[in-house]
Amino acid sequence: MVGLVVVSHSQTAADGIAAVAGEMGGETRIESVGGDGQGGFGTVADDIEAAIEAADGGDGVVVLVDLGSAVMNAEVAIESSEVDAVIADAPVLEGTVNAAVTATSPKATVESVREQAEAARGVEKL
Amino acid sequence: MSDDGEAVVAAVAAVADRLETERSHLTDLDSAIGDADHGGNMARGWAAAAEAVAELDEPEPMAVVKTAGKTLLSEVGGASGPLYGGSLVFASPELEDGITAETAVAFAETYLEKVQDRGDARVGDKTMVDALVPAVHTFKKSVEVDDMEPVAALSKAVAAAGRGVDFTVPIRASKGRASYLGWRSVGHQDPGATSTLYIMEELLDVATEYGEAPEELPDHAESPTIPDGEVTED
Repeated sequence: MVGLVVVSHSQTAADGIAAVAGEMGGETRIESVGGDGQGGFGTVADDIEAAIEAADGGDGVVVLVDLGSAVMNAEVAIESSEVDAVIADAPVLEGTVNAAVTATSPKATVESVREQAEAARGVEKL
Repeated sequence: MSDDGEAVVAAVAAVADRLETERSHLTDLDSAIGDADHGGNMARGWAAAAEAVAELDEPEPMAVVKTAGKTLLSEVGGASGPLYGGSLVFASPELEDGITAETAVAFAETYLEKVQDRGDARVGDKTMVDALVPAVHTFKKSVEVDDMEPVAALSKAVAAAGRGVDFTVPIRASKGRASYLGWRSVGHQDPGATSTLYIMEELLDVATEYGEAPEELPDHAESPTIPDGEVTED
């Protein structure tokens, strides 16, 4: 099964997004990671790498990110990790919900989950 | 310990001291157009890096730079980790054979390449790239075209970085947290370009101390590489 990692500058935000997506994600493994490791806002590459390892069930991981440094630190984490992981270029909450639902399909792959996460870019709300 | 290795360890310590001194100034700059964490992040990260490199058994330049970079990556919670630390790690193999004019240019170019690649920023985006690009280009040109000694070339590069910092003031941010402010970012000096200048100034100080100091440091105002104008800090 494809796993998910939610990366935010805030651990609280990451936890909340993972929880919202988890409602529809069935058995999908969703790890949430955030904060600068010192109690402040930010992201840390090592922490993201650990979350990727934890989310991997053997079929790879799709990483959902919020702002600037979350993208860069996720890139560094993926480069140093052995796990097959990719970043989805998607809005973090909507993308995570889409990805969680897609990952429940027995045919899901890292690519199909990323594609569905990225489909959230075009979602209109009004 | 090789002299080069000793110099790099000293440089990391000097950068750590400087960034501790500038902590509140960098935070003030970052408060104006960012998230007010640059001073603390850089001071804390480089202090940890200085401790880590001081403990190395064989502090050859490549190992020192790589260790400093890895420490920044794990200690700095934000974009500065991958930009300053990740780029040091990536560029460190250029110093495998020690520090010469040639390897220093290669290191500078690879570091710049990684910063631009990772941050996807160009000159004019109001980022550290605005200080780095003129510095690296000036350093390369001074060494390769003007045949200057590395320390003298670094001195010109620092002057170029200073102009880059000044250039960030009147332009609008297109990358990083400051870009969310749009036009309101105009008139503020970029903290990343500023800390990049501080790092380079410390490298120059240490290089001057350890390297073969040129007989006379170049006069920037009359230099063919850097034309008119005074370099202002701050």
